[in-house]
Amino acid sequence: MFVRWSAAIAAVALLSGPALAQGTKPTDPQIAHIAYTAGVIDVNAAKQAVKKARSKDVKAFAEDMLRDHEAVNKQALALVKKLNVTPEDNDTSKALSKQASDKLAELDKLNGAAFDKAYVANEVAYHETVNGALETQLIPSASNAELKSLLQTGLKIFQGHQQHAVHVAAELK
Amino acid sequence: MPGRLSSIVTAVVFATMVVPAHAATIQITMENLEISPAEASAKVGDTVEWINKDVFAHTATAKSGEFDVNLPAKKSGTTVVKKAGIVEYYCRFHPNMKATLKVIP
Ligand SMILES: [Cu+2]
Repeated sequence: MFVRWSAAIAAVALLSGPALAQGTKPTDPQIAHIAYTAGVIDVNAAKQAVKKARSKDVKAFAEDMLRDHEAVNKQALALVKKLNVTPEDNDTSKALSKQASDKLAELDKLNGAAFDKAYVANEVAYHETVNGALETQLIPSASNAELKSLLQTGLKIFQGHQQHAVHVAAELK
Repeated sequence: MPGRLSSIVTAVVFATMVVPAHAATIQITMENLEISPAEASAKVGDTVEWINKDVFAHTATAKSGEFDVNLPAKKSGTTVVKKAGIVEYYCRFHPNMKATLKVIP
C-alpha cells in the first residue's frame, strides 16, 4: 500500500507543471485537455510501434493501445462537444507532449528487440504515470459528473493496459 | 422449475446423450470494464453468452485455456461449457477484468 501510494505521489509530482502547483486544482477544460493529450501520446507511440515492432506480441499490444485510446478519445471529444467545453491547453499538457516527443525520437533510433523492449518498458511507466495523475489529481478535481465518470472509465482501461504491458514485458525476457 | 425437472428427466432417459436436451443460456455483461455477475454459474452443456456493452473490445479468456472468446465493441460472443469445475477467466486486453464461472455437472 505504502509503495503504491508513494509511486502515485511520484507520478503526480512528475506531472505537476507550474500551472498545477500545490493547491491549484486544474479546471474541467484543462482536465479534458490533459486526458485527451495523454491519449494522443499513446496513440502516436502505438503507431510507431505498429510500424517498428518485431515481436508479434508487441505489435498486437500496440494495436490494442491504438484501438482503445482512439475509442476513449472519441468519447472524450463527444463529451466536450455535448458539454460545450473547449479543452484548454496548459503546462501539464505541454510537459507531457514535450516528454512524449523526446521519447518518440529516442525510440525511433532503436530497432528490433531493443525497440520492442524499450517501447514496452515505456508503456508500463507511462500508464503508471497517467494512472497516478488520474487517481490522485484529475478525477478528484473534475467537477462535472460526466467528465468524472469518463475519467473513471479511462482509469480502468489504463490500469488494464498497465497490467497488459507488464505481462508483455515479462514475456519478452 | 418444471422445465428444469423435465430436462433432468430427458437427460436421464437419453443417458447416452452428452449434452442435455434443454441447455440454458447464461448471460454475462461487460460494461465499463466490469464483468457482471462476477461470479456466475452454469451447467455442463449450457451456453454462456457475454454481452459487451463497451465501445472497447474485450475477451473472455479462461486461465485454463478452455475458452478464449473475442468480444468486439458492442458485440457479444458465446461458448458452450463442456466440463464441470471452477473456471477463472479474464480479458486479455484488460487483465484487471476478472470473473469466475462455476460449471456444475
Ligand atoms: Cu477488456
